[in-house]
Amino acid sequence: MGRTLFDKIWDAHVIADLGDGDTLLYIDRVFLHERTGSIALQGMAENRRAVRTPRHVFCTMDHIVDTFPGRGDDTLMPGGKAFITTTRKAALAAGIRLFDLGDPRQGIMHVVAPELGIALPGLTMVCPDSHSCTLGGVGTLAWGIGSTEAEHAMATGTLRLRKPASMRVNLRGEMGAGVTAKDLVLHLIAEHSTTGGAGHAIEFAGPVVDRLSVEARLTLCNMAVEFSAFTGLVAPDRATLDYLRGRTFAPTGALWEVAEHHWHSLASDADAVFDRELEIECSAVRPTVTWGTSPQHAVTTAGRVPDPGLEPDPGRQEAMRRALEYMALQPGTPMADIRIDAAFIGSCTNSRLDDLRAAAAVLDKRQVAPWVKAVCVPGSTQVKRAAESEGLDRAFTAAGFEWRESGCSMCLYAGGETFGPGQRVISSTNRNFEGRQGPGTRTHIASPATVAASACAGYIRAAGGA
Amino acid sequence: MEPFTRHEGVTAALLRANIDTDTIIPSREMKRVSRHGLADGLFADWRYLDPANREPDPGFVLNTPAYRGASILLAGANFGCGSSREHAVWALREYGFRAVLAPSFGTIFARNCIANGVVPVVLEARVIEQLAGQVAPDPQHRRLAIDIETLCVTDPEGGRHPFALDAASRETLLSGLDPIDLTLRMGDEIERFEAQDRLTRPWAYLAD
Ligand code: SF4
Repeated sequence: MGRTLFDKIWDAHVIADLGDGDTLLYIDRVFLHERTGSIALQGMAENRRAVRTPRHVFCTMDHIVDTFPGRGDDTLMPGGKAFITTTRKAALAAGIRLFDLGDPRQGIMHVVAPELGIALPGLTMVCPDSHSCTLGGVGTLAWGIGSTEAEHAMATGTLRLRKPASMRVNLRGEMGAGVTAKDLVLHLIAEHSTTGGAGHAIEFAGPVVDRLSVEARLTLCNMAVEFSAFTGLVAPDRATLDYLRGRTFAPTGALWEVAEHHWHSLASDADAVFDRELEIECSAVRPTVTWGTSPQHAVTTAGRVPDPGLEPDPGRQEAMRRALEYMALQPGTPMADIRIDAAFIGSCTNSRLDDLRAAAAVLDKRQVAPWVKAVCVPGSTQVKRAAESEGLDRAFTAAGFEWRESGCSMCLYAGGETFGPGQRVISSTNRNFEGRQGPGTRTHIASPATVAASACAGYIRAAGGA
Repeated sequence: MEPFTRHEGVTAALLRANIDTDTIIPSREMKRVSRHGLADGLFADWRYLDPANREPDPGFVLNTPAYRGASILLAGANFGCGSSREHAVWALREYGFRAVLAPSFGTIFARNCIANGVVPVVLEARVIEQLAGQVAPDPQHRRLAIDIETLCVTDPEGGRHPFALDAASRETLLSGLDPIDLTLRMGDEIERFEAQDRLTRPWAYLAD
């Protein structure tokens, strides 16, 4: 019987069968950040354990660091500085590769990993961070773990794991105008709920995925965890190879040839069987935005806030009511009538160069509405510099956006920066949970183009007006 | 880690679905590089009228005297979804919780539970609701018991509700042994794997 992409990567990493379905799996790369990595490194030191292969362990500063121009170790978050200095000290002591503040390689871990060729097809990679699944966009089997498992991976080069089930999500048809990978994945989650992918390693496949850019595939896989999946994956193809060639930690010369040969063999066999398959007809997808406090609370930008009274499931109905209360919205309100206070472009979902280009194109010769505070945070220092060399920073600042240093910033409240309680934000991030962007802040997630268009209108809008 | 064989305790219910780890322990409550000092921040946005001055919300279940000392939590589906922060489990454990019973869990959260001696028990939503109904009249005395030897929850009326747990997780809980130590004993096998793997995937091994 044929094997899936997931089977092939998994099988190549099995060290031992531990019995009863458990496996000791080889882990190729570990990536840490200053918030959860700091604790993992501290745990290692307390237990007098060494990192087994320090050159395969990477660490960046992204979660808590300030993103204001001219930043240093200080952050708005009380005690935040200690996370940064502790991590720096522990990373240097452990001998791992650190991308510190001021380093041109610094950035959000999931943006940095593919951009530097740390994430490669056919590797296993873990980070104490749930959005590690992003890296499936280049064919890396990557997933989020806790700090204790990060210690396990660093100390032993392995993890104890039970193999998840497999699922293929077939993306068929053609993407309509103004529709992006973000809209596709929000649509998927709205259709099949936030638990639709539970327990499964998902391969995104089909003609639409074949045509997506590598950056868009990273966006797609980023939200696999919002679908409760173990991870997301896209088979490496010509586009993946073109993207990775020449990246800092990618193989070169003869090693690249061997790698390329291996990567071409990874695609799922024609007769491979998946435990589940889903179809998405992409021609039917429109620019999508969330109205509530779960990524599954999503409708088209031309749609209306739904009525919980029409939801048959009592649990979901109650969750919808609570969401409407938190979001201060009435059922039936057209999304286009929702006035926003702030706009945020950033995060590991949507802060790569293509995302910034798409948003800048929408902003061209336009202004952010006078009542809107708008912020753009590039996903990495490298993205920031590339954007600046194209003049994208001027497109943002001319429209009234702040242009920042890279980091997670207001994707979450870890650095202590927020738009404030009750503020309504259109955001290119991945989580609209209560309080995610700060206590009482209301988040509507959407694509960068929709965020830019909404910032200019001052109301929720898709680019092109719909 | 303390071995877990059987635990009987006061049970509180938070039957909302999709309670995420940001809700279990909000970002701003993770104040230090530490696994400790987190219990106070557990469910901070729900537990306090004003999280800044820590004024308790009398309406929140854990602030109700009837639930004092609660060590078992009944929850809705997809409990612990979202961020991978192990702090969510550290906060629950430090507060005193030894088990969470829910129809389903966030994957990373469930793994973090095992690593910290907290049992993630999967039971059907119908059973969770039944258990919540059974303990509610007198939570201090109508307790649940969780047995890891037999993989069974016993309700206050003596009804038994079996649940599934993979063998490795069960073993970790029963023995209280650190999985890192267990794996380190397999060093030879790991080295043999690496030597072989280097021949087939040489590009996966970085130079210094
Ligand atoms: S950008 Fe947001 S989702 Fe991504 S790693 Fe940072 S905090 Fe997590």
